[in-house]
Amino acid sequence: MAFSDSFFAAQFGLDERSLEQYLAEALAQGGEYADLYFEYLSTSTIGMDEGIVKTATQGVSLGVGVRVIAGERTGYAYSDDLSPEKIRHAARVAACIASAPAKVDKTALHEGAKRNLYPVLTAPSEVAFSARVDLVKRADKAARDYDPRVFQVQATYADSLRHVLVANSDGVLNFDRQPMARISVAALARRDGGPPQNGHSGGGGRVELDYFAHDKTPEYFAREAARQAIVQLEAVEAPAGDSVVVLGPGWPGVLLHEAVGHGLEADFNRKKTSAFSGRVGQSVASALCTVVDDGTIANRRGSLNVDDEGNKTQRNVLIENGVLRGYLQDQLSSRLMRSAPTGNGRRESYEHIPMPRMTNTFMMPGESDPEEIIRSVPKGLYCANFGGGQVDITSGNFVFSASESYLIEDGKITRPVRNATLIGNGPAALQFVSMVGNDLKLDEGIGVCGKEGQSVPVGVGIPTVRIDHMTVGGTGR
Amino acid sequence: MSLAELAASIVRQACALGAHDAECTISEGEEFSAGVRMGEVESLKQASSRGAGLRILIGNHTGSSYTSDLSPAGLEHLARAALELAEVTTEDPFAGLPEASEMGSIDRDLELYQADVEALATGDKIAMAKQAEAAAFATDLRITNSEGASFGTHLGTRAFANSRGFSGQYRTSYCSLSAVPIAQQNGNMERDYWYSTARAFARLESPEYVGRRAAERVIRRLGAVKVETQRVPVIFEPRVARSLVGHVFSAVDGRGIYRKSSFLADRLGQQIAGPNVTIIDDGTIPGLFGSSPFDDEGVPTRRTVVVESGILRSYLLNTYAARKLGLASTGNASRGITGNAGVGHGNIYLVAGERTPEQLIGGVSNGFFVTELIGSGVNLSTGDYSCGAAGLWIRGGELAFAVSEVTIASTLQQMLLGLEAASDLEFRGSVASPTVFVQEMTVAGK
Repeated sequence: MAFSDSFFAAQFGLDERSLEQYLAEALAQGGEYADLYFEYLSTSTIGMDEGIVKTATQGVSLGVGVRVIAGERTGYAYSDDLSPEKIRHAARVAACIASAPAKVDKTALHEGAKRNLYPVLTAPSEVAFSARVDLVKRADKAARDYDPRVFQVQATYADSLRHVLVANSDGVLNFDRQPMARISVAALARRDGGPPQNGHSGGGGRVELDYFAHDKTPEYFAREAARQAIVQLEAVEAPAGDSVVVLGPGWPGVLLHEAVGHGLEADFNRKKTSAFSGRVGQSVASALCTVVDDGTIANRRGSLNVDDEGNKTQRNVLIENGVLRGYLQDQLSSRLMRSAPTGNGRRESYEHIPMPRMTNTFMMPGESDPEEIIRSVPKGLYCANFGGGQVDITSGNFVFSASESYLIEDGKITRPVRNATLIGNGPAALQFVSMVGNDLKLDEGIGVCGKEGQSVPVGVGIPTVRIDHMTVGGTGR
Repeated sequence: MSLAELAASIVRQACALGAHDAECTISEGEEFSAGVRMGEVESLKQASSRGAGLRILIGNHTGSSYTSDLSPAGLEHLARAALELAEVTTEDPFAGLPEASEMGSIDRDLELYQADVEALATGDKIAMAKQAEAAAFATDLRITNSEGASFGTHLGTRAFANSRGFSGQYRTSYCSLSAVPIAQQNGNMERDYWYSTARAFARLESPEYVGRRAAERVIRRLGAVKVETQRVPVIFEPRVARSLVGHVFSAVDGRGIYRKSSFLADRLGQQIAGPNVTIIDDGTIPGLFGSSPFDDEGVPTRRTVVVESGILRSYLLNTYAARKLGLASTGNASRGITGNAGVGHGNIYLVAGERTPEQLIGGVSNGFFVTELIGSGVNLSTGDYSCGAAGLWIRGGELAFAVSEVTIASTLQQMLLGLEAASDLEFRGSVASPTVFVQEMTVAGK
């Protein structure tokens, strides 16, 4: 598709000449680089609770963000009105970060090469509501049918369709249509008036609605949520203290996201505030670990054709056989570190300044049979599912909360344990990886990553992995 | 046209198009932030934005919509989008607007807007951020790096109108200053922060104070070690004790009560906390962040005693949760621009106790003084509590050495029953707590 046929050209009459003028305005005070990020986001959410469709919301937000870079300085302004006067005003406000005669000659924009990692003809948000409502009704029924001890179910369906247009003073002009949809189910189970136990599941991606009809059905997610809640009814106290930990495949990859991913974002490393600063070429994990961030996997939640600065996403090897290879770059840090952008410049919306962010972060599979990994542990913890995690970039300490985990006793998975937080230190934790399974699995597509107040969708993945030391935050012995 | 008039006109339009009832929230704001790092300006951001959210009812069917496009075409789309969704929701006898008798607004000035924020010059805001960072560096030579310091302001207007005749609006102002220094010792880095926020610039802490406090906090984290796994008394300093008050709020949120998903469901009138624990939610205190003249359904805010001397006295409710429970709204409806009203708090705080933090620490022979929590390992259904923590170890009644990379675990039920509030309550946000003593928790480390 040519720019003239793109969403913003067709709907808002934007043309290349006016974009070039806005960029010139942004650079009039001597900035070295400027970009424009146009966004039109429509979302819808349908919520089922207590067996009825209680809520349904749809809406639209649109606007443009203008950024100017001068050395290490960033000026940013945005407008939710796309009239030429308002865009020019935002450009003039952002321009004030610099104070010198204009340096950049007129930008000549050229369209980037096109590809489509999510060739979704009809976005889920373009399908009749009744078809989408049906998904939450089915999820509700399946979770309740799973077991009579399930007494509350919340099923939510959410989709969005984001049109973006990025133009920058390097001449890049890129636009993209980014669909997204997900189902999430929360189930509560109770036995004989005891405390309620939670189960959560969900998934989706940059997919057509059909994905939920064939690939991952509402029933699939609902049964999984109900199963987790039922398992938790039998849970005993989690152990406290140092333990061998085996991570199950899939979502437990959130460990990588927290333990190494954030610490490898270039902004922290440029400022030397990360526990990983200055460690490229050094060993930061056991030789069994190869960790990749890949924004190009088809239809994944964390994937993008172009990042939010107009750069193509790519596959970036962060750690190769235990050795730190590189950082996740955005435009600003890559300029200042004289390194190539890696397609990781992302932002929550037009109201936000881009930052280096992860896309889909995972560990490459190893050689071990998952069964063999569990058999190798005389006493430890098997973590099948996690809630969220968090990291202190500077000290490297990170946590994640195990929402479904089991004791391993004499090489066998035995009793489920109650929710517990696990804590470790980024540069140290992966040194303790002693076995990596051959069963890499990516998560179902539900992850949201928060950084400095900005949320973006991401993916994670990991094979079954044995970690010899980690602190488990339970209350048991 | 004022924003409240615009909200009322959106409500009228929705009703003209077929809604039986409607309510509209409009929010308008102007944000500014200046970030400095290593003595230089790093970022400047300035913009204004607005948005409208609409909820309509057709019979007992609800639909809602939002938009950032307040043009006539955008507003018509807003109304039609909400009406379309009322077709897909289920009839819900508890859905609906508050009764006219419940609606209203606090008349007196809650001091939510102070002109001294708007009057600040950009150059002064940048200068204060620089001063705060410089003050941190000046405190100790081991402060070698910085994540920067920032000064931010926000000026907003919030309007609400509904089809039962309510319409109102109020202005807010906000300013904040923070510093995040990094200290280094023996090849290990630590970072910490301090911040000040206020509705009036006159009430903001000085840049020197913010920088120095941040520096002192990061310096005392240096040389942290991991301790042995053990059960000990734990003291939370106010910045982290607030999170416990936040968990109590989440547990008394009426939605978790009628769904019976909260560990405090069906506990009204029972002893759920230690005898010196009193928790109050008050949306009417002048000048504070949790105050507003009416909630997001047009019900006046109020003071609600949630826990009184350890006894659970009240849940916090919006209109829907109240109807589900056969109670009256406590004026705690809260919403953003998107979605339906949930439940929010006003200023929720743990009332100060008698003993000073020093007295509490002095009474502990072996324990953990927590200054930082990491992660969100709290299960509000079971009350299970397990979080990453850092802080200082208490030996013989004194703060002895820094501790990190450990977890603290218990259940909220047990923590509340063994909880004592210290005397040092201050409001640094809409959730506030003094230092808090908890009788026993499991600290997991080595």
